Amino acid sequence: MSDTDIQDKAINVDTEKGNFKYPENYEFDAGVGLTEETVKYISKVKDEDPWILDFRLKALEIFKKKPMPTNWADKDLENIHFDEIRYYLSKGQQPARTWDEVPDDVKETFERLGIPEQERKFLAGVEAQFDSEASYSRMKEDLEKEGVIFVGSTEGLMKYPEIFRPYFGKVIPTSDNKFSALNSATFSGGSFIYVPKGVKLKQPLQAYFRINAENFGQFERTLIIADEGAEITYMEGCTAPKFETTTLHSAVVELVALKGAKIQYITVQNWSSNVFNLVTKRGMADEGAEVKWIDCNIGSRLTMKYPGVVLKGKGARGEVLSIALANDGQHQDTGAKMIHLADNTTSNIISKSISIGKGRSTYRGQVHMPKHLKNCKNNTECDALLINTNSRTDTYPAITTRGENNTVQHEASVSKVSAEQIFYMMQRGLSEGEAMSLAVNGFVNELMKAFPMEYSVELKRLIDMEMEGSVG
Amino acid sequence: MTTTLEQPMPTSITNEPTWLAERRAAGIEQFNALAMPTARDEMWRFASVGRLSIEGFNPVEAPSADKLAELVERSGLVSERAGRSVYVDDAQASFEGISAELAAKGVIYLPINEAVAQHPELMEKYFLQESTELGSEKFFGLHASIVCAGSVLFVPKGVEVEQPFVNYYWTSGERAAVFPHTLVIAEDNAKASVVDIFFSDTEDNEALNVSVSNIHAGAGANVFRKIVQDWNEKTVSFQLDTTVADRDAQVKNVAVNIGAQRARFENQTRIEGPGADVKMYSLTVAEDTQEFDQRTFQTHNAGNAVSDLLYKNALLDNSRTIFSGLIRVAEGAQQTDAFQTNRNLLLDPTAEANALPGLEILANDVKCSHGATTGNVDEDELFYMMSRGIAKRDAMKLMVFGFFEEVIEKVESDELAENLRELIRNKFESKIK
Repeated sequence: MSDTDIQDKAINVDTEKGNFKYPENYEFDAGVGLTEETVKYISKVKDEDPWILDFRLKALEIFKKKPMPTNWADKDLENIHFDEIRYYLSKGQQPARTWDEVPDDVKETFERLGIPEQERKFLAGVEAQFDSEASYSRMKEDLEKEGVIFVGSTEGLMKYPEIFRPYFGKVIPTSDNKFSALNSATFSGGSFIYVPKGVKLKQPLQAYFRINAENFGQFERTLIIADEGAEITYMEGCTAPKFETTTLHSAVVELVALKGAKIQYITVQNWSSNVFNLVTKRGMADEGAEVKWIDCNIGSRLTMKYPGVVLKGKGARGEVLSIALANDGQHQDTGAKMIHLADNTTSNIISKSISIGKGRSTYRGQVHMPKHLKNCKNNTECDALLINTNSRTDTYPAITTRGENNTVQHEASVSKVSAEQIFYMMQRGLSEGEAMSLAVNGFVNELMKAFPMEYSVELKRLIDMEMEGSVG
Repeated sequence: MTTTLEQPMPTSITNEPTWLAERRAAGIEQFNALAMPTARDEMWRFASVGRLSIEGFNPVEAPSADKLAELVERSGLVSERAGRSVYVDDAQASFEGISAELAAKGVIYLPINEAVAQHPELMEKYFLQESTELGSEKFFGLHASIVCAGSVLFVPKGVEVEQPFVNYYWTSGERAAVFPHTLVIAEDNAKASVVDIFFSDTEDNEALNVSVSNIHAGAGANVFRKIVQDWNEKTVSFQLDTTVADRDAQVKNVAVNIGAQRARFENQTRIEGPGADVKMYSLTVAEDTQEFDQRTFQTHNAGNAVSDLLYKNALLDNSRTIFSGLIRVAEGAQQTDAFQTNRNLLLDPTAEANALPGLEILANDVKCSHGATTGNVDEDELFYMMSRGIAKRDAMKLMVFGFFEEVIEKVESDELAENLRELIRNKFESKIK
């Protein structure tokens, strides 16, 4: 069999993995479609203060007026039918406090996801979102003593408005884009975190998100505030069961790093291949602060996600490290935005993408140094790996520079796994598929190191799974 | 006949063949049907489209015989040449045809209207057949409907012409609109080179230029095109250039851009045969409030071919540059090597460089890369030279001219290279601090 024959062979990924589902049993259901009534209903069920309802209604107006992203948007976006989506579901349960109170079927879900029970001991608090509401939320007592707040979005806005309200919707304004407006109108779930001055969390906070109702959009809202000198690492992992019709996920994540604070936000995403994942993520870094996005996108039908950092204070630092893997029928449209607004700010973007079969991965980036700034630096590297002859990759960066002593460099390269490498490994007894997996893991290895250990293990497993059957 | 750009009428030359009249009519239709670009168009991202007005510019009457003679006299950048044409405001001022020897070999070098009259089949096949796809389709339409000035070079199979054909396009009249056209057809294994030079008569005659240049390189052909653009800073300019390269063709484009208030470049390269090798080099020196807006597109429709692009921009004062490049490797175009490099040198803190280097790769066995860097003069290098007794200003000059030299030396002609250095020196030597 010739090389091309092998490469053209159909790709058979085991789609049954992570493909599970439980009977739907929802106490509250806002029905299908999005109207003012839906938004009022969501707000009422959540028993929200009037200002939150106002915020939602204004957002709904903006959502209706905003056009779909123009210019570079994927045509596939036209397949989202906003009036066929359920915007809110809840079991009507209060966030559970102890593990024993967590419903059995949720526990089983964790089991299937392969999250070891021991892992919980490593984690400062676990918040798993089962559909809209946090089904389980726990914090270690010592964190509470330090004054760390880790709650759901509604709880955060209701209980601690003096902390969260000043920053809510400020890093990402409602009108930022159509999907941030959609989220602002319908948000539920997500995490609101406040880390007080000087508190450095040694262990990461973690949340797992899942989608479990057919045709159900998930609109979680996350806001993390690290006060002066505070440090926090937050991890989210996503898996979703497979459905017949498309599912929309549109989150808004805002990070606020005040003077000297550090925030690290880690995402491992493995949506099923019918999910539209249209997420707006942005961090604001004050003087000397650091915001770091570590992002891994596997799965979904279309992902559009460009984590950004607004470098607002002198000496701020922003970083985006991302891995994207696009399999047959998938489009990973990911990238990064770095907006330099002060002197001596630095940013770094490293993006690695892998396209398998007819998968398409796209890097889209923006680096902006608009004003009379001094001594700013940006480094961008995009590497794409194409596995099959018909795989596709695109790179579309946009860079604006002015000012004194600023340097910007952008580099991108495209390659395939070399035949020599595969041959070498096969000679030593590996199957072609194993050799391919190993080569791909090698390609992203450098970035894997940036992930916490348990995540990089999970990631390697995911990549192996995706690579199954990609070669003869 | 009078025509204005607000309501342009296709040029009608008596005895013009039907196919050409049809192309002109289609052009005017395209111009009228398409809207003016806006900042929302991706093809015009970062461009100051507000400064793009074509209003008030019109084709003008031919200048006086004295003026024509004067400008022909000033058309002396390249002395060793196989032919030369000089146009002023789209009026032919001088045309030095080819030698009898070249004519005997079948080489054709003629003004466009004569080429249409004498070689209708050839012109029908190639003239106005390659439009831009990079945003200025409206202006291409305008060009097609009006164009009457320009030169056609045809080199038949296996014929090699070493010396270049030099085309000068001048503007002189008040608010003149010009539509120069250069068409180069090199048949299989032919060798040809052209130099296109764009000049303004004075420092302040306002002008609009919408020029088109099309290169067709047959199998194994070798084409070298050099472009010198030194309009005055009262000119709005569009240069819509295309190259089509067949199997094993070698094409080289070298452009040096100094002038114009607002200059838009659209440069497309289409590789249609394996083994082709296309190079695109450009050097731009921007000052005051000049804006240079460069859009490039390298399409690889065939495998085993190479394309390499290097665009260097040096920016002073409040100038802006936009480099937007795209490499597209079509499905199945394996073993492609396509490269794209953009280097921006910011010499003043108020200058702004934008870079949009893009890749679209639909084949996996390729070597493709793009790089874009923007920065100031390297402080370490400056220090090194100063510590060896070179004054700061001289050291800066050395480094900036060193930055230019990489492109200038690519013109492969000592005379032209020296003339280019002179043009650049005149423009901005006094500005280096």
